[in-house]
Amino acid sequence: MTDSLKFELVSPERLLKDMQAVEVVVPGSEGDFGVLPGHAPVMTALRPGVVSVTASDGDTAERLFVKGGLAQVGVSGLTILAEEAMDMDGIDADELKQKLADTREDIEDAEDDVEKARLIGELEWMTALSEALAA
Amino acid sequence: MASLKDLKIRINSVKSTQKITSAKKMVAAAKLRRAQEAAEAARPYAERMENVLTGLGQAVVDQPGGSPLLIGTGKDDVELVIVAGSERGLCGGFNTNIVKAARVHIVERLAAGKQVKILCIGKKTYALLRRDYGEMIIGQKDMSGVKSLGFADAQPIATELMDMFERGEFDVATLFYSKFQSALTQIPTKQQLIPVPLLSAANDEEPADELGGASYDYEPDEASILEDLLPRNVAVQIYRGLLENAASEQGASMTAMDNATRNAGEIIDKLTLVYNRTRQAAITSELIEIISGAEAL
Repeated sequence: MTDSLKFELVSPERLLKDMQAVEVVVPGSEGDFGVLPGHAPVMTALRPGVVSVTASDGDTAERLFVKGGLAQVGVSGLTILAEEAMDMDGIDADELKQKLADTREDIEDAEDDVEKARLIGELEWMTALSEALAA
Repeated sequence: MASLKDLKIRINSVKSTQKITSAKKMVAAAKLRRAQEAAEAARPYAERMENVLTGLGQAVVDQPGGSPLLIGTGKDDVELVIVAGSERGLCGGFNTNIVKAARVHIVERLAAGKQVKILCIGKKTYALLRRDYGEMIIGQKDMSGVKSLGFADAQPIATELMDMFERGEFDVATLFYSKFQSALTQIPTKQQLIPVPLLSAANDEEPADELGGASYDYEPDEASILEDLLPRNVAVQIYRGLLENAASEQGASMTAMDNATRNAGEIIDKLTLVYNRTRQAAITSELIEIISGAEAL
């Protein structure tokens, strides 16, 4: 058995990561799960959360935030089609806090249900992100 | 014969036109690189999305009660034609070519007795289609505020499309855009968005082979993943179309402006020649007048 798997992270804008990894932890919609080389084929929806990747030539895990999407584990490796993905290092905690507060206010003020549902969706991933940041 | 002054004015006017076209050419060349990179960077996602959808689609397409986004509404009476163009002119035949392709399609559908609705993205395609198909145009999307095209710009269009589809306002949606090949060639392309066209039989065996006979575990299940994926696919396809369009527009603009600059140069040369000849003729006739005057004395 091989000791690494091919990991690809793509967002609609671009291919973010294309690397060999030894372990990837993926935030599946039914719960987090780890993918090791030789994992059985799985296709799963993602919830907003942190993907943590351990590269084959590194010891520490790299953490990336994904805002929902789809993960596909095949024989060739793991492919994540993220709705939006960002590096955890590039996020400003204060700015996020501000945005979170703003969105909460907007939800209170929202008049129609469609707008409200959209804002609640926004809030959901922002909360997940701020929790991930705190952890 | 135009007077010297008239000629001078014309030369100056052509010169300032040339300045504009050459500046626009430079701007387009600079923007082209960025637009092209963006279009190329977005390709992997769209390709993988297609693969996943094909695999999933084949698993559920035969089951009853599949999503109408995948199998269609069962009829094709009303078609929504989305024509994506540019916000600005000075890009040669870019918009005309897209509209031409769309027009052929619209005429065909109308001849077949179907109803057609048109959604324009960008000012220019709207201007071109308004006269002939004004009453069919249901909307026009303004993209002029968009500086650098992101996925978030395509999403609202897709959401609106999905809402309309759910309300049963159309059965089939087709997108017209221009595929970027090179700065010289852009191909007007027709792409069906809804229902999702599945890659057919040729790919049938591929997924199975790749997995070595194993099949995917789905979490939660095929249907819910598809439900989430299909609307997103519409957005991704629109996004891709818009990106290709952006690159094509700059490419077309660059080529057109290059030609225009060269033409302006030729006209300036010609006019300068005429100007100099006229000037010389005026000097010669003045000299003759003086000389013959002196001789007469």
